[in-house]
Amino acid sequence: MDGLLHQVLAGLATGGIYASVALAMVMIYQATHLLNFAQGEMAMFSTYMAWAMINAGVPYWIAFLFTVTLSFALGVLIQRVVLRAVRGPTVLSLVVVFIGLLVIFNSLAGWIFTYTIKTFPSPFPPEPPFGQHYVSSHELGAIAVTLVVLGLLYSFFRFTSLGLAMRAAAQNPVSSRLVGIRVGWMLALGWGLAAAIGAVAGMMIAPTVYLDPNMMGGILLYAFAAALVGGIDSPGGAVLGGFLVGVLENLLGAYVIGNELKLSVALVLIIGVLIVKPSGLFGRVHVTRV
Amino acid sequence: MSDTGTSAAATGAPRVTAAPARRRSAGAITLALVLVAACVLPFVTSNYRVFQFTLVLVYAIALLGLNILTGYNGQISLGHGAFYAIGAYTAAIMMDRYGLPYWLTVPAAALVCGVFGFLFGRPALRLEGLYLALATFALGVATPQLLKYKHLEGWTGGVQGIVIVKPDAPFGLPLNPDQWLYFFTLAVAVLMFVLGWNLLRGRVGRALMAIRDQPIAASAMGIDTALYKSLAFGVSAMTTGVAGALGAIAVQFVAPDTFSIFLSISFLVGMVIGGLASIPGAVFGALFIQFVPNVADQVSKAAPWAIYGVLLIVFMVLMPAGISGAIRIGWARIRLFVQANAQRDDG
Repeated sequence: MDGLLHQVLAGLATGGIYASVALAMVMIYQATHLLNFAQGEMAMFSTYMAWAMINAGVPYWIAFLFTVTLSFALGVLIQRVVLRAVRGPTVLSLVVVFIGLLVIFNSLAGWIFTYTIKTFPSPFPPEPPFGQHYVSSHELGAIAVTLVVLGLLYSFFRFTSLGLAMRAAAQNPVSSRLVGIRVGWMLALGWGLAAAIGAVAGMMIAPTVYLDPNMMGGILLYAFAAALVGGIDSPGGAVLGGFLVGVLENLLGAYVIGNELKLSVALVLIIGVLIVKPSGLFGRVHVTRV
Repeated sequence: MSDTGTSAAATGAPRVTAAPARRRSAGAITLALVLVAACVLPFVTSNYRVFQFTLVLVYAIALLGLNILTGYNGQISLGHGAFYAIGAYTAAIMMDRYGLPYWLTVPAAALVCGVFGFLFGRPALRLEGLYLALATFALGVATPQLLKYKHLEGWTGGVQGIVIVKPDAPFGLPLNPDQWLYFFTLAVAVLMFVLGWNLLRGRVGRALMAIRDQPIAASAMGIDTALYKSLAFGVSAMTTGVAGALGAIAVQFVAPDTFSIFLSISFLVGMVIGGLASIPGAVFGALFIQFVPNVADQVSKAAPWAIYGVLLIVFMVLMPAGISGAIRIGWARIRLFVQANAQRDDG
């Protein structure tokens, strides 16, 4: 029983990682109606920027703020410079652009910071809190940060006029432009926000998985799965999906099939969920008008 | 008639139009020249280049397969490397474990992959867009893991993979094994392209494109959407499986890690760069994925993939409809220009 509890809690901890990256994906989907494959690599690159600053002697939280701001600017820049240049974009041509961005960031990080694995500091105390030994302070802290970010985003999209404008621009660009929303800048803002969330996620993940240019490979896939299982248009669903995938992965690996096939089985289960509920557990069902 | 109508711009695919006779003959001449060049090629370059061009042909077949599904039928697949792997392993297992001749493995791989693709296509019917992309992506990611699985090791050879022998030219033909394999692959490629062209320009092709562009209208017109979509999966997997078998024979080696998700993504990149829903696009795309990584490597040893990524983005910015789309638009502009000049001379 103790073992089971431990596996579930460890699963929740990794699930928190998937949840934060999935959240960034859902955000960019809400703001642009696109899934960015380069999301994970952008987060990884941001984390390297933070690492460089901390290594240069900047205090953690100042480096944190700087990284989030810089990542925001980088996201806006990518939308303004790269994506705007693609004329008459189709989904697939954008997918290729995203793959291009992915390999660029991966390769640049390896080139600038080398491929050796680095440790990344955690802002939370090293000893587990509340006198228990299941989860470390960092894991709990990371989950708390994810939830705070989720709350902030929800309030931003739900209660501010800028958030409303961003949702409108993604849902119906033509009408939004007619009522005076600057659609291009709303998209750029969406990219900036997603990059900033990615940076937060990256800095929360790095102490657990260590920092290297390929740290996001597996995480990205699980986050993608979490976002789709939760429903791509639901931030809460993405977080829940992330925890679900994390726990599922851990329990399957520990009790059912062992580690070598757990990725395959987790994915088969996810596809099973999607076949029963094609728009995810919490996604809205879209009805097409003929 | 305009070659770049609004519907074509929206889907990034060429519109179905009756080609005028002059254009058709121009196309036939180009095709004949390309075929002659393809036949002369192995006699004027090194064996290593011949091997590289064999791989270009293999990739072209794989991209044709992917194009049938994604380009013509609009079902996004991020996992076609899985079908390629199944084709490759079918060939390797038949040659290594059962000592069967290499040419027999190609139709066998086609059969195995066709059935597998059709069966995968049935449940995938419920998924669309991103969700289908995830399902196929999962297939692509799971493939190397499944190939390494210990209970299949008796067949797949586990992590070590299987080494196979390169076939010699039959009937005492004066060709070395590389040249023979090139011609064998070329023959299969020509066959697959003729079959693909016949399939796509006729009734089936129109049905596939109708489902891609207007699924509701298509089913209202009596097209069995579910059947055609899973058939598209089957035919697409079959074609890619043939490429996998040929690829395994050409490389003489199969191992789980050569069929990583990166292979599937390369296929997608090649298809989009070559041109969606375009048969010649498959060849352009194959040339891209075979040679551009080498070019990037020569430009910068330190960060070759950054160069590759930049090239991908530059291609998409300059040619949003792929290489074949750019050629089509360029050709249409030249014709308009010539026509305008002719009219001015008449007047």
